Amino acid sequence: MRRRDANSARTAWLVVAGLVVFMLVLAGCGSSSSDSSSSEELQKVGKGEGSLNLISWAGYVEPEWTKPFEAKTGCKVSDKEAGTSDEMVELMKTGQYDGVSASGNATARLVAANLVDPVNVDLVPNYKTVFSDLKDQPYNTFDGVNYGIPHGRGANLLMWNSDDVKPAPDSWDVMFDPKVAAKYKGKISAYDESSYIADAALYLKFHQPDLGIESPYELNEEQFQAAIKLLEEQRANVGEYWSEAAKQISAFAGGDVTIGTTWQYQYFALKGEGVPVAASPASQGFLPKEGATGWSDTWMLSSSAKHPNCMYEWMNWIIEPKVNAEVAEYFGEAPAQELACEETANKNFCAEYHAENPGFWKRVYYWETPLADCGNGEEDCKDYNDWVKAWTAIKG
Amino acid sequence: MGHRLADLFHGRPRLQVAGLLAGPVGWLVIGYLGSLALLLVAAFWSVDPLSGLTIKSFTLENFESLVNEPVYRTIVWRTIKVALLVTLTDAIIAFPIAFYMAKLASRRGKALLVIGILLPLWSSYLVKVYAWRTLLSANGAIHWALSPIGLDTPGYGTTAVWLVMSYLWLPYMILPIYAGLERIPNSLISASEDLGAHPFTTFRRVILPLSFPAVVAGSIFTFALTLGDYITPRLVSNDQFIGNVIFANIANNQPFAAALALVPIVVMIAYLLVARKLGAFEHV
Repeated sequence: MRRRDANSARTAWLVVAGLVVFMLVLAGCGSSSSDSSSSEELQKVGKGEGSLNLISWAGYVEPEWTKPFEAKTGCKVSDKEAGTSDEMVELMKTGQYDGVSASGNATARLVAANLVDPVNVDLVPNYKTVFSDLKDQPYNTFDGVNYGIPHGRGANLLMWNSDDVKPAPDSWDVMFDPKVAAKYKGKISAYDESSYIADAALYLKFHQPDLGIESPYELNEEQFQAAIKLLEEQRANVGEYWSEAAKQISAFAGGDVTIGTTWQYQYFALKGEGVPVAASPASQGFLPKEGATGWSDTWMLSSSAKHPNCMYEWMNWIIEPKVNAEVAEYFGEAPAQELACEETANKNFCAEYHAENPGFWKRVYYWETPLADCGNGEEDCKDYNDWVKAWTAIKG
Repeated sequence: MGHRLADLFHGRPRLQVAGLLAGPVGWLVIGYLGSLALLLVAAFWSVDPLSGLTIKSFTLENFESLVNEPVYRTIVWRTIKVALLVTLTDAIIAFPIAFYMAKLASRRGKALLVIGILLPLWSSYLVKVYAWRTLLSANGAIHWALSPIGLDTPGYGTTAVWLVMSYLWLPYMILPIYAGLERIPNSLISASEDLGAHPFTTFRRVILPLSFPAVVAGSIFTFALTLGDYITPRLVSNDQFIGNVIFANIANNQPFAAALALVPIVVMIAYLLVARKLGAFEHV
C-alpha cells in the first residue's frame, strides 16, 4: 500500500514537472506575430456575399430591422453580442467577423492592432445626413482617414432622488468634492469601469485649471495622479459602483443610493417605475456645469471581413432614417442620422435625448481610448493598461 | 467483423483498458490540461499597450506587479478569508442537517429534505443572487425584520458576499456529509452508548472522527467555488475578489489575467494537500 502511494505521488510530480517544462518552452519560443495589413479602401460596393457576421452592443442588431435588411440585400445577419468594449476587441482578434459597433474606448485600439480597415464614406449614401458634429471625430477618424460610420450617442448624466437631494445640484461636486459629497456618504452611485477616471479628470479640468487638463482622456502623470487621488477620496462616500444598468436601477429603486452618474436609459426606466428621480434641467443645458463624459458608437469594418460588400450595405442600412430611429428608440440613445428625428414613434424622442441640440453635445466628452501618445510628441500620457490597473487599486 | 474485434480484445486486459480510456483520457489531457497549460503559458508573456496584442516573449513582469502592488495582496487575502469563512459557516450549518437526514429522519422526511436541499440548485444562480440583493437592500426584508430589535441589514459589502456565498454553496456541503454519516453503522453508536459514553463523548470520539473526511470533502467544494466566483461580489459588494480582477484584465491584458489565475490554482493545490493529510480522499 505504502509503495503504491509513493509511486503515484512520484507520477503526479512527474506530470506537474512535465507541464511546467512544456509551459516554459512554449513561453520561450513563442514568436511575436507582426502582420501589417495594408488593404485598400473599397471603391465600389459590389454584390452582397450572402451573409454578414457582426459584433454589437445588446439591442443594436434586432430582428425588427435585420429581417428587412436580409430581404433587401440577401445578406443573412448573424450577430454576437458583447458586454464590454474589451470583449469587442477580443472578439475582433479572432478575425471571424465583418464588423463591430465600437465605442470610442475601443476604436483606437482596433485601429492600432490593424483589426479594422478604413471606410470609404462616399459609398455610404446615408452618411451625408449624419449630424455633422459626429463626423471626423478623434474616435472615428485617424490621421484624417475615416474608420467607420456613426451609429448613435449618449451622455453620462447626473441623476438624483428628488425627495432626498435638495436643492437640486448643478455640479458634479456632489460626487467629487469631499466636503459636499460627505452629505451623501454611502448613497453615491458611481460607474464601475476604468473609464470613470475621465469623469474625475473632467471635474479637475473645471475646478483646478492649473493642472492644465485639455482632454479628460489624455492625462500625464501629474494630472492622472490628481484624478486618482480624487477617486480615492470619493471611494469612502460611494454606496455602490454599477456596471450593469439593471444593478443601478434596483439600487435607486430600493433606496440604497440617492445620487449618481447614469445613462438616459436608467433615468427613463426609473421615471417609468415611478421613482422620484431628477436630472440636470434645461436651464442648465441638461448637464452639470462642468459638462459630462459620454459615448458615441461607430460601425467599423473588419480588416479580415469575408463579406465587405454586405458590411457596406449594413453601414448604410443602420443609418437609414427609419432604421436609425428604430434602433435609437429601442436602445435609448440619440440617433446619428439627422433625418431619423422625423421617423421616431415617440415624436418627443429627439428632444428628450437632445439629438438635435449641438450645444448639449459640445459639453460632452465622448469616451476615447487613453493612449501613451497623446499628440504632444512625447509619449508621456497614461495608457489604457495604466488606467485599468489604477482602477483596480482605487476600488481596493 | 464484430467477432474479429472481440477476438482481438480477448485475453488482453491492457488493450481492453486502453480502448476504454483512450477517448476520455485523451480529452482530459488535450482539451482540459492543454488549454489550462496554454493559459498559464500566457502568464509569462506581456501585452502591447496600444493594440492590446500579446507579445510572446518570456518576461516575469506580470508576477512582479502581482507581488509588488499591495492592492493585489489585499484582494487575495480578502478572497481566501471569505472562502474560509464560508466553508466554516457551511460546515456548522450543514452538519446538524446532514446528521438529522442520515440518522433521525423517517424515510419520507429524508426524501423531502433531499428534495428541499436540491431544489435551489435547479433555479438560476443569477436569480438567487439578485434575490439576495433585494433582501440586503437598505429598505429590504432584512432591514424590515431586524429594525424592531435595533439591528440593521449589513448592506452591500464583504459581509454580504459571505452571507450569499454561504447560502449558495450550502448544498455542496450537506450532501457529502450526509453520504459520510450514512456510512457509519448505527451499531457503532449503540455500542458507544452501551459502554456508558455520554452522547457528547460519542459524538466527539466516534461520529466526528468517522465523518470528518466527508466534511473535508465538502469543504473542497465550498472553498473552491468561493475562490473562483466573481459575479456575486460584483452584485452585492464594492470590494473586489480575485475573480473580479481576472475578469477586468482578461480582455485587454490576458497575460496579467493568466498570472492572476495562477494564484487560486496555487491556493487550491495547497488546500488539497492539506485535505489529503486530513484523509479526505481515503474513502471516496
